[in-house]
Amino acid sequence: MARDVKPRRKALNTALAWAAGLLIFFPILWPILTSFKTEGDAIASPPVLLFFDWTLENYAVVQERSDYMRYLWNSVIIAGGSTLLGLLVAVPAAWSMAFVPSKRTKDILMWMLSTKMLPAVGVLYPIYLMFIQMGLLDTRIGLVIVLMLINLPIIVWMLYTYFREIPGEILEAARMDGAGLREEILYVLTPMALPGIASTVLLNVILAWNEAFWTLNLTAANAAPLTAFIASYSSPEGLFYAKLSAASTMAIAPILILGWFSQKQLVRGLTFGAVK
Amino acid sequence: MTSVTIRIDGQDATDTPPAKRGLAMVFQSYALYPHMTVARNIAFPLRMAKMEKAEIDRRVRAAAEVLNLTDYLDRRPGQLSGGQRQRVAIGRAIVREPKAFLFDEPLSNLDAALRVGMRLEISELHERLGTTMIHVTHDQVEAMTMADKIVVLQAGVIEQVGSPLELYRAPRNLFVAGFIGSPKMNFIKGEEAARRGAHTIGIRPEHIDVVENGGVWQGTVGVAEHLGSDTFVHVHDTGLADTITVRVPGEVSHRSGDRIGLAPREDQIHRFDAQGLRIG
Repeated sequence: MARDVKPRRKALNTALAWAAGLLIFFPILWPILTSFKTEGDAIASPPVLLFFDWTLENYAVVQERSDYMRYLWNSVIIAGGSTLLGLLVAVPAAWSMAFVPSKRTKDILMWMLSTKMLPAVGVLYPIYLMFIQMGLLDTRIGLVIVLMLINLPIIVWMLYTYFREIPGEILEAARMDGAGLREEILYVLTPMALPGIASTVLLNVILAWNEAFWTLNLTAANAAPLTAFIASYSSPEGLFYAKLSAASTMAIAPILILGWFSQKQLVRGLTFGAVK
Repeated sequence: MTSVTIRIDGQDATDTPPAKRGLAMVFQSYALYPHMTVARNIAFPLRMAKMEKAEIDRRVRAAAEVLNLTDYLDRRPGQLSGGQRQRVAIGRAIVREPKAFLFDEPLSNLDAALRVGMRLEISELHERLGTTMIHVTHDQVEAMTMADKIVVLQAGVIEQVGSPLELYRAPRNLFVAGFIGSPKMNFIKGEEAARRGAHTIGIRPEHIDVVENGGVWQGTVGVAEHLGSDTFVHVHDTGLADTITVRVPGEVSHRSGDRIGLAPREDQIHRFDAQGLRIG
């Protein structure tokens, strides 16, 4: 229900909303702007906001100094691979917890989530040593496995929540109509859960893309993703702000674009009208 | 399942998966597939049975015609009214040409007017298809009007099986007696029952006459419900039970507080023993 809002009040609200939005966006906007500055302008005091000599030089230097595409490719494989592997494990897990729950289902879910409370650094040594033994250090497959494992609780939780909203009767009806488990999941469950699965995939890709602790600690050169690419530009001395910003912008650009295009899909709900 | 077998049409179906039992089910919530059009909803069981496309189309059209859904075949369940969704659910059941239909309270989500309409539609469909329908309901009017045979269940125990009129005329126990018939049968315990050789006697509201003077029982009129064709008079202070309900044909002018006499038709009195079972 729309409330009767006076024009002045409305303008104020709009201004406040824009201010809040800009404040949240600023940490992303600032490096993007800085990436187009010369190193001199980048550290100018007071800082210049928009009126500087726009240049693409930083991007050229960054690309020349390090092979962006290799890092990007590593990021894509690690984020995409860990998400796909996670889905393969999480869909059946969430399916059974949502549709064939037991007395302990809630406890299992809580226990799974509780593993996220553990500080990652607490298991760094064991995992590091295991990786050395198994020869997984600085390999993409090693990172895919680790990132899949650390994000698995979130994938299972999200899918569980989405699956729970699908009435079990619809799946029973499908079984009654002659659908086997494969058809039931393919033709009924998946299309109905698609918005949920899509947002789970997107969120997980973003989490894996941004993950910096394990990717920095378990890689050196071969499997280093974009997080390592950015990190290589932070140095204690020298004028590197603009180049660091250019590297950051290049690292977040793909995920930013992906998020922008998929936001509609995330919001859409398909289950409406199924029952009653 | 260890000690029982399920037989459908003479065939042991205990280990047969639900889809292979030749039964079609209509769910209380309809359980339609929200992402499919009406046509695809109805076609789903046929697609699962790997039927030819032309035959699927033919059957879907035929079902849609029977159920007045032809104009809605391209819509999704979300764009339909409650009654239409109900018909889609029935359509999905009839295309399979099952040996029997299972209806799980299919009318309980509809409003009162629609429920009466759908009740008739399902009865007519039953006439036309001639297929057995097992219809679960809590509504005794539905049961009485639609059924050839009623199975009254209480907490998983079969209380009585019979035609609607058999159940009405000779309920086997107190539960069935109270369940079938509207308004509910009056139950009287104590002296009046003992005098007739029973622990409890029951008499339906339509089997008690109101008399101006005398009568076997006397009481004070509480509320009179006027339905036009009938009047339900609720009588208090009879010394028999809290309230005795009497059904009087047509309009009568009994007012709250009037003293009236009641004359039960002795041959219509049902007698039950201490366990609640029918005597005689």
